Amino acid sequence: MKRAVFPNRLLPYLLVLPQIAVTGVFFFWPALESVRLSVFRTSPFGDKSFFVGLENFRKLLTSSEYYSSIVNSFLFAFGVTAIGLGAGLLVAALATQKIRGLAAYRTAVLWPYGIAPPIAGIIFLFIFHPSYGALPYWLSFVTSYEFNWLLKGWVAMALVIVATAWTHVGYNIAFFLAGLLAIPASVLEAASVDGAGAIRRFRSIIFPLLSPITFYLLVVNLIFSFFGSFGVIHAVTQGGPGRATEIMVFKVYNDGLIGLNLGSSAAQSVLLMLVVIALTAIQFRFVEKRVTYS
Amino acid sequence: MSADGAAVASARVDALPRVAAARRGRTFDWGTVVVHALLILCVAVIAFPLYYAFVISTQTVPEVLGRPPLLRPSGHMLENYAAAWQRSNMARLLLNSAVVAIASALGKIAISMLSAFAIVYFNFRGKSVAFWMIFVTLMLPVEVRIMSTYEVIGSIGWLNSYAGLTIPLMASATATFLFRQFYMTVPNELVEAAQLDGVGPLRFLWAFLLPLSWANIAALFVVLFIFGWNQYLWPLMITNTETMRVVVIGLQDLIPRTGTHVPEWNVMMAAAMMALLPPVAVILFMQRWFVKGLIESEK
Amino acid sequence: MKRWACAVAVVAAALVVGPTESLAKTEISFWHAMGGQLGDTVNELVKQFNHSQAEYEVKALNKGTYPEVLTGAIAAYRQKNPPHIVQMFDVGTQTMLLSGAIHPIFQLMKEQEIAINWGDFIKPVTGYYSKDGNLYSMPFNSSSPILYYNKDAFKKAGLPDKPPATWKEVGEFSKKIIAAGGAKCGFTTSWPSWTMLENTFPWHDQPFATNQNGYTGLDTKLLINGEFGVKHIGQLAAWQKEGVYSYGGRMGQPDPKFINGDCAMLIQSSAVIGGFKKSLKFEWATGQLPHWGTPYKKQNTIVGGGTLWVMKGHKGADDKGVAQFMRFIAEPHQQMWWSVTTGYVPVTQTAIKNLEAGYHFKKNPEQWTALSQLSAKPTPNSLGHRLGNFVQIREAIEGELENVFAGKKTAKEGLDAAVAKGNDILKEFAAASAQ
Repeated sequence: MKRAVFPNRLLPYLLVLPQIAVTGVFFFWPALESVRLSVFRTSPFGDKSFFVGLENFRKLLTSSEYYSSIVNSFLFAFGVTAIGLGAGLLVAALATQKIRGLAAYRTAVLWPYGIAPPIAGIIFLFIFHPSYGALPYWLSFVTSYEFNWLLKGWVAMALVIVATAWTHVGYNIAFFLAGLLAIPASVLEAASVDGAGAIRRFRSIIFPLLSPITFYLLVVNLIFSFFGSFGVIHAVTQGGPGRATEIMVFKVYNDGLIGLNLGSSAAQSVLLMLVVIALTAIQFRFVEKRVTYS
Repeated sequence: MSADGAAVASARVDALPRVAAARRGRTFDWGTVVVHALLILCVAVIAFPLYYAFVISTQTVPEVLGRPPLLRPSGHMLENYAAAWQRSNMARLLLNSAVVAIASALGKIAISMLSAFAIVYFNFRGKSVAFWMIFVTLMLPVEVRIMSTYEVIGSIGWLNSYAGLTIPLMASATATFLFRQFYMTVPNELVEAAQLDGVGPLRFLWAFLLPLSWANIAALFVVLFIFGWNQYLWPLMITNTETMRVVVIGLQDLIPRTGTHVPEWNVMMAAAMMALLPPVAVILFMQRWFVKGLIESEK
Repeated sequence: MKRWACAVAVVAAALVVGPTESLAKTEISFWHAMGGQLGDTVNELVKQFNHSQAEYEVKALNKGTYPEVLTGAIAAYRQKNPPHIVQMFDVGTQTMLLSGAIHPIFQLMKEQEIAINWGDFIKPVTGYYSKDGNLYSMPFNSSSPILYYNKDAFKKAGLPDKPPATWKEVGEFSKKIIAAGGAKCGFTTSWPSWTMLENTFPWHDQPFATNQNGYTGLDTKLLINGEFGVKHIGQLAAWQKEGVYSYGGRMGQPDPKFINGDCAMLIQSSAVIGGFKKSLKFEWATGQLPHWGTPYKKQNTIVGGGTLWVMKGHKGADDKGVAQFMRFIAEPHQQMWWSVTTGYVPVTQTAIKNLEAGYHFKKNPEQWTALSQLSAKPTPNSLGHRLGNFVQIREAIEGELENVFAGKKTAKEGLDAAVAKGNDILKEFAAASAQ
C-alpha cells in the first residue's frame, strides 16, 4: 500500500539529525576507535603507541583467563535464564485457570524489576554474608559446609546469579501472563470440559501456545544477562574470588580502566561486538517470526 | 496454532462422556484455592529479600549482628535513614539519578519520535542508510565500546557532567522502532485528509500524531525512566566526583567492606531502600503503563 | 604580621592597578583518593594552607579509589587539562615514573628555589620514590603493615599482654585463644598481597623480584615462588585449614572480622589506627609484622600509602603555588599534625624527633610500631618495588592466593601460576613503555 508522505526535502534530514548525530558521535566513532585501539599497543598515559597487528587478539585467544571469562559469562547467563524462565513458567502454569486478581499478582512479582541488579546484589551480599548473613546461619543447621562466597567461587557465582534472576523473574512472568491471557478462553474451557487435568492442559495446550514467547524470552534473557550484568559483578564481587565471577564485560572494564591495558580491552570489545551482532541477528530473525505469528 | 488447539480440543469433546466432566467442574473450587495459595507463596518468596532488607534498615548494629537473625522490624528506622541520607550525600545522589532518568527518557522519546516520523512520512535519499544506522546501535551496547567511549567523552570535555551522563543515552533504536511501528498503523486517510487541509508535516506531528501517541509515550517513559535510573556502567565510567555520582553507584561508599568502622549494614540497607524506592514505586503505581511499555518495546 | 602587611599590599596594589586586574586566587587542583574521615582530614590540611597565604587556593577533590584517580588523571592529561597535583599510591609509582607526564618534585623545588632538606626524609621513603638519588614525588601518606591484637581475647586465653613476635608464636597464641573461646579464629590479613608477600619478603631480606625488585631494569621477573614464598604461604594455607588463619578477602574486607571480635589478630596497614581508635570497642594494641626468626634477618618493611605527584601541562606561573603547597605539607608542624590525626607515619626525621620530644610515641605506642619497622637501612631487597602494571600483578597474585586458601591449589602451584601471570604482565609493560 502506498503510504502518504510529505513532500518536504530538507525537513526529514533535520528530523533524523539528532538521533544520527548522537549515534554517530557516541556509537560509531567509539566503535571504530575500539577497532583501531585493538591493533595498537598503547602506554597507560597514551604518549606511546605502536601498531601490533593482531597481537592483542592472539594474546587474548591464548590466555586461560579469557576463556574462563567466557565460561563464566555463559554460566552466569544460563543460570539467570534458567531460574528466570523456570520460575516464570511455574507461575504461568499456576495461573492456568485465569483466576481473578492476576493483574495484582503480576504487579506483586514484577516490582523487583525496578531494582537495579547492583543493589539487588548488595542485598543478597548481605543475605549470603559468611559473618552476618541469615542464609549461612540457617544453612548451618542443615549442613556444616561453609558457604563463604569470599573464598568459594561457586558460592559467589550463585550469589550474583540469584540476585540478578530475582530482579528479572517478574519480567518473564509478565510476558508469560500476557501470552496466557491471549489464549482464547474457549480452547481452555473445551479442554477442561473434556476432562483434561490442569497438568495435562498445561502440557498439551498452554505450553505449545506459549512457546514463541518462551523462545523469545530465552533469547532476551540470555542477551540481557550476558551483557547487562556488569553492575552486579562490579558492586558485589569485583570478579572474585580468584576470577570466579569475572565475566567478559567486567574484564573489558577491568583490563581497560583499571589495568590500563587499552589494547587488550579494545580487542575484547571487538570480540564482544561480534558476539552481540550474532545474538542480535538471532533475536531479530526470531522477532520477525513472532510478529507474523501474532 | 490456536486453530489447531481448538480443533484438537473440540475433537476430544466429542469423544468423551460428559457426566464425569460435569462433576469435575465442581472440584475446580479447590483448584482455585490451591492456585491462589501457591501464587501467594511465590509472591512471598519474591518479596522476602526486600522485606529482610527493610527489617535490617530499622535495626541497630547489635541487633543486625545478633543471632538468630531477627525477622521483625525494629524501631530505629529514622536514625538509620537519617544517617544514610547524611553520610552518602543522598540528596545529591538522588537528584543526579533523577536528572539522568528523566532527561534520558524524555530525550530518547523526543529524538525517537522525530526520527520515526521522518522515516515513515518522508521519502528522502539515504532513508535506508539512516534506518540501518539506527538499527546497528542495537548491536553496540555500552559494554562493547567502554574504553573508546570514555575517550570520546573525554575529548569532548563531557566527563563528569550532566551532558555526558544523559546525551549519549538518548539514542535508542527500540524507541524509534516502537514509534515507527505505531505510525505505520495510523490510517493513510488521516494523513491525506490533513494534507488536503493544508496541514504541514510539523503541524501534523504536533496536532495529530502526538495526541494519538500519548499511550505509547507514557508506557515508554515509564520503562525508560527505570532504565535510566538503574544505569550503572555508564555513570561509573564517566563520573568520578561525589557530586556527580548517581545513587546506584554512590551506595558503594556505604558498603561495609573495607575501613575501620563497625560494619553498619543497617545504614547500608536504609540507603539501598532509598535508592530503589523511586523506580519500584513507578512500577507499582504505573504498572499498567509499565507492562505495556515492556511489551511494546520488545516487539 | 607578615600576612597583614601582605594583605595591605595586595589591596594597595589593586587600588593602584585598577579594577581591571583580577584579585582571584590562582587555583591549584589536587586530586586524591582519600575518602571518609581521611578525606575530611585532607580538606582540613588544604584549608590550613589556603589560609596561610593569599595567592593560591588549593582545591582538593576526592576522585574515587587510587585506580580511579589514576585513570582520571590520565584521561585529563590526554585532554591537555590535567590536575596540578595527583595523589598516587605506591604501586602506581613505576607507571608514573615512566609516563613522561610528571614534573619531578626535586626539579620543581629547585626551579622554584625552595630549599627542602631531602636528607630529612626517612630512608625507606626516599628509597621507594627516588630515581638516581632524587625524589620524584612528595611523600605524603606513608604506612606500613603491622599486627593489631585484641587484648581481651589474649586475656581470656591467659596470654601475657604482648603481641606475638614470630610466626610460630602467632600460631601458638591463636590456638590457645581459640581453645579458650576468646575468638573464633586466630588472625586474618587485609591487603593479602601487600602484607603477606610484598612486605614480608623485604622484612626478611628476601628478593621479591629480579633486578632488585625492578629498580635496575625492565626485564623483571617475580621471585615469590621460591623456597621462602612457598614456606610462608604454605604455612598460611595449612593454618587456613585448621582455622588458625581465616582468609577474609582483599583490600580492607577482612577488617570486620577483627572489629567484631571474630579474629583475635589482624595484619593491616598502620593507616587504620586513626579509625580504629574511634571505633574499636575492646582493648587493643599493636605489634610489628611477625617474623620467621633465624635464619632470616629482620630487615625493614616497605612503605605503602601514596605520594603526591606534580603533573606537567600547566602554566609556569602555577608552579610556584604547587611548590609552596608541597613545602607546606613537608613542614614538621603539618607532618606531625597529619600523622597524629590519621595514623600515617611521619616521613621526616625532624617530625619524628619532635613527636618523640613530646612523648607522643610513649603515649601512643601503636604509632611507633610502624616507624620501628622502617628504621633500618634498606638493602637492595628492601628498598621498594618498581614494577609496572602493579595493580594487575597484585590482582593476579591475590587471585592465586585465593585458590591456595580455598584448597584448590598447593602453595607452590598457586605461586607458580602467580609468577607466570605476573611475568607476563611485566613483559607487556616493558614492551609498551620501552619505545
